[in-house]
Amino acid sequence: MTGVPEAATGTRTAPEPHLPIDAIRPPRPGRWVAAAVAVLAMVWLLYTIIVNENLHWDVIAEYLTDGRILGGLWVTIQLTVLSMVIGLALGILAAVMQLSGSPVLRAASGLYTWFFRGTPLLVQLIFWFNIGLVFPSFGIGVPFDGPKLIEWQANELITPFTAALLGLAINEGAYMAEIVRAGIRSVDPGQREAAEALGMTHRQVLRRVVLPQAMRVIIPPTGNQFISMLKTTSMVSVIAGAELLTVSQRIYLGNFEVIAMLIVASVWYIVLTTIASVGQHFIEKRFERGHHALRTRVRRNLRPFGKGSV
Amino acid sequence: MAAAVTESASARPMVRIRSVRKCFGPVEVLKGISLDVPVGGVVCVVGPSGSGKSTLLRCVNRLETIDSGRIWVDGDLIGYAEKDERLHHLRPSQLCAQRQDIGMVFQRFHLFPHRTALENVMEGPVVVKGVPKAAARRRAMELLDRVGLSGRAGHYPSQLSGGQQQRVAIARSLAMDPKLMLFDEPTSALDPELVQEVLAVMRDLAASGMTMMVVTHEMGFAREVGDNLVFIDGGVIVEQGDPRQVLANPANDRFRAFLGQVL
Repeated sequence: MTGVPEAATGTRTAPEPHLPIDAIRPPRPGRWVAAAVAVLAMVWLLYTIIVNENLHWDVIAEYLTDGRILGGLWVTIQLTVLSMVIGLALGILAAVMQLSGSPVLRAASGLYTWFFRGTPLLVQLIFWFNIGLVFPSFGIGVPFDGPKLIEWQANELITPFTAALLGLAINEGAYMAEIVRAGIRSVDPGQREAAEALGMTHRQVLRRVVLPQAMRVIIPPTGNQFISMLKTTSMVSVIAGAELLTVSQRIYLGNFEVIAMLIVASVWYIVLTTIASVGQHFIEKRFERGHHALRTRVRRNLRPFGKGSV
Repeated sequence: MAAAVTESASARPMVRIRSVRKCFGPVEVLKGISLDVPVGGVVCVVGPSGSGKSTLLRCVNRLETIDSGRIWVDGDLIGYAEKDERLHHLRPSQLCAQRQDIGMVFQRFHLFPHRTALENVMEGPVVVKGVPKAAARRRAMELLDRVGLSGRAGHYPSQLSGGQQQRVAIARSLAMDPKLMLFDEPTSALDPELVQEVLAVMRDLAASGMTMMVVTHEMGFAREVGDNLVFIDGGVIVEQGDPRQVLANPANDRFRAFLGQVL
């Protein structure tokens, strides 16, 4: 830095000297000790697991691709995807009702989220499974005990799968309603006004202007809900929903390999959530295009302004 | 008011505002405003912030409802239908039809951020009027050319300067072929060096015969382009007249004080 006084004058003949920075870092013994302890702990944990004869690695490996396990895996995937799709639809409906001008619709939507977020999912699942005790039959026809066009018996209609789907989807809808509502509310009210000033109807404003912008806010928590749902489906085991945990339990009730079967189930859950996390990452990237535009704006501001002629 | 109905269409003003009052909760922001804008006329509305000038503009295309009074645009009563000497609220679809004829430009542009400049201009005709996309695109390109931005058609709003965004917003309104354009402080959110490019577009629009109501602080624009200057303070019209005359000779003390602050 010998050139400081000279730099101010702006007349410099000699080239700037190269002043490399290869400074020595202060020692950090604490970090080394902590790392050593962590590594030691992990190695010890792995060692005890691997050499433990009670874990039956051969059984785990054998059942990982067992037909019944794969069947349960498929049911888990179906339950997750279907209940998320139905839940999202219910959530959008409830959110739009919540933001409508009608106090009746607002109250109905509020009651829905209040009830289904306020009671445990486990209770709801058992309730749906036993709905036949309250309503022995379902039908389409005149309400208030009028004649029915079609009628089904609850015992035939409510299988463990449909009960699970009802419970998971309706419960998910209540949570998605809040997520969608937050997304819609995040859109600048001026956007709505600009669209209305063009003469758009409420529905056009929602579909063309508000929802596309709300998606950026809705997508990330929806991804989290999906990953969470993959694991929540295991609750369905209380009504024997034939998903991953249920079939694992059925197997260990026969062969008494409780821990091995739980590990088999866990391995598949981890595989599913990992795939979903990767998918979530890419979907979020796609919806970050607004931020991408911000970055280009910063770059553009570094360029001289392109003056538009009028 | 009965006279308005019998008047011939040629003498009928584009905008007729009569005794309009508007409250926000306990605060009365418009305390009885009456104003005519002739066809092809340019009215500049000025006044201190909170005087109600923006509210008045928003009442004309019913972004705000009024508590009493009447507003007609091109002979149509805004927001209501008169039948058997009673007013009936218009259905939402009828309101949308009325708004199609009234363009509005906002202080903060409110372009749709998820659409390009071209798509922003196409959006109204395609969605509201059902114009085929190819025709809407051609017309949108013409309008972007008119506001000097045909080279920015593929840009997203966040990639445009404030002045460019506002010019796209003007093109977006013009795409609906409005009879009347409302400008709500169109240059107030702009950096000073970008104000002129927007005013130039508006000047051009006024010269083409568009009826315009402009809420603004640009006294130079009002003097040059305006046919009528309206000073609103405290929810009432305090002074109005030919801009060149009232700006040179403000009669009212409050107007004089206001001009002292903005000029």
